[in-house]
Amino acid sequence: MDIERVGGRGANQLRPIDCSRNVLNRAHGSATCSHGETRVLAAVYGPKAGTKKNENPEKACFEVVWKPKTGQIGEIASSWLIFNETWTYDRKTRKGVRDDPEENIAKYLPFDCSSEHYDINYNPGDVVEWIQLSMMMVPYPFPVILPVMEEVLFCEIIHAISSSILLLSNLLPCAIHAACAALVDAGIPLKYSAVAISCCLAESGHVILDPSKLEEQKMKGFVCLAFPTSVNSILPESGESMEQGIITSLTHGVMTVEDYFQCLEQGRAAIKPLSNILKKKLQSQSPSNVSMAT
Amino acid sequence: MRPIDANYNSMATTNDLSSEMEVDAFRRLFPLRFHERHLLESIRPDGRPLGRARDTTVMLGAVASANGSALAKIGSTAMLAAIKLEVMTPTMEAPDEGCIAIDFHMPPICSPLIRPGRPAEVAPVISKQLSDTILRQAITRNYLVDDSASFSLNVHCLCIGIQEKKTKITKRMFLTSSSFSSHLYKVAIISEIPHLSSGMIDMKELSLVSGKAAWMAYLDIYCLDADGALFDAALLSAVGALSHLRIPVVSLNDDGRIVLLSDDNAVAMKENEPVNKEKRKLNLNRVPYSLTCILHKNYILADPTSEEESIMETFLTVVLDSSFQLVSLNKPGGPGLAHTSAIQDCIILTRQRVGELQKILNEAISDMEID
Repeated sequence: MDIERVGGRGANQLRPIDCSRNVLNRAHGSATCSHGETRVLAAVYGPKAGTKKNENPEKACFEVVWKPKTGQIGEIASSWLIFNETWTYDRKTRKGVRDDPEENIAKYLPFDCSSEHYDINYNPGDVVEWIQLSMMMVPYPFPVILPVMEEVLFCEIIHAISSSILLLSNLLPCAIHAACAALVDAGIPLKYSAVAISCCLAESGHVILDPSKLEEQKMKGFVCLAFPTSVNSILPESGESMEQGIITSLTHGVMTVEDYFQCLEQGRAAIKPLSNILKKKLQSQSPSNVSMAT
Repeated sequence: MRPIDANYNSMATTNDLSSEMEVDAFRRLFPLRFHERHLLESIRPDGRPLGRARDTTVMLGAVASANGSALAKIGSTAMLAAIKLEVMTPTMEAPDEGCIAIDFHMPPICSPLIRPGRPAEVAPVISKQLSDTILRQAITRNYLVDDSASFSLNVHCLCIGIQEKKTKITKRMFLTSSSFSSHLYKVAIISEIPHLSSGMIDMKELSLVSGKAAWMAYLDIYCLDADGALFDAALLSAVGALSHLRIPVVSLNDDGRIVLLSDDNAVAMKENEPVNKEKRKLNLNRVPYSLTCILHKNYILADPTSEEESIMETFLTVVLDSSFQLVSLNKPGGPGLAHTSAIQDCIILTRQRVGELQKILNEAISDMEID
């Protein structure tokens, strides 16, 4: 049953995962995540006053911008070009107009964004060198009560991410993990976090997990799934049933319905260890704090 | 204003605010409760049971000037798809294949939410889903371009406009291949990987003269009225247009150019051998059909209207082909989670829907052939 894979991995073996928070100084929250060679940087700006149309006053609103290392910026991004041309994106948003009567929101921010003591300790040029892809999220909560925000938040983001990077499905898990970690870093309250996994279906009907880009091209089908992580550490009484649900599912290629459910089962089995790894990575000390201390 | 079904009156008398309030006011003020009250009775505000799709019609040949066209309606959602053929030079790596470019448009007339001058956010997403569903081989080509970019920054500039200008990019890549040969050699190898999924159309059918001329088909889908289930209607109209498509008769003239053989110059061209003898149809194998469902609590609502879509925001779109293979299962996030049982139910509903749609489409095709 074993399939030969590049790098000697087994069919259910994932590539090494790394995830670190607080990598950019001037964003409100940031994280970088890597799966093997795939690497994504995410930054969160806000909360700030909303100006966009079609906003729902009872819900937080997110703008997700996906920027590949080269090539076009994701379609949803068009109005945020200014952030992406150069890496000095904080010029306009730093003061983040927070004329928000809810003191609570300010409490969740990791630092006061109106103070002037930012030091850039990264070179914009360097960043572009090592980023495989980068993504920015600009949350826009209205003056809302926080519980409402928690409800909506994460799924909305996944929605936007998955619709803006339909094309690059092998990156989706990495992007979701980075986005998730950046939101945690920004201190935005989440209802639950998400863990994503991609599976490939070989001609022979085998399922392999976490394919690299080259492996993916040889496969007949591709499935990308995102699950909510367990909240057991915080709320021990919440049941297993939530973990069984899928936040996002994307497929490419033709497969039988049974093949899809096989992918679903194998993906679900890999979620638990994966979410434990990510949790551990998020709890560890962020890199810039370390450099400040030494 | 939609007619309010008779069932509602009996429900409205039961309890709380709704008995003291006009039905329309209740619907506007508490849209979610309004819908949930209906769901409890296993009926929807427009009188449908939960799992039934709206009335669907397909009319082929709606645009006389196009080579193939169809108008599809699901309830009041209306989509117009039309195909225009042009002769192009095929790409180097696929000398005997034609090309199809798919575009989805949402003009401001289709919905009050879309303002002139601002493109709708969903339009590019639906456009991408349509091309993935109709031409699955496009995926490998996109990765080809994508890969070249990660190999070398020099190839960087070629990465602009991946979606629209696929053919041009590949051509330019080969022009520049002498200068960055080592990187591009890798790219060339990747491009030789055979297309694993054949898709619904055999691109070789669009070829005219191998390496010299092939058909470029522009498939444009216009949303005329957006009332929910946009992808389903768009896919149906696209499939309708493709099955209506007639490839015109062309011939090679003395200069080696492809000329359309119309009735006027048929006599003059008689001595030239036509490249294809008569107008022909495309063979469509494995036609995809889709169904969008809303997942709300334990309910599954097939084929939602735009009102339902705006209130309950968890969607699941299943695309099955005529042999019930899964082409796509797309759940783009949303506040609700999809459990395995719900996914299975959606697939069962889609299977039923495939049967309905096949019948509707076959009737439309046979109607057209009688005319």
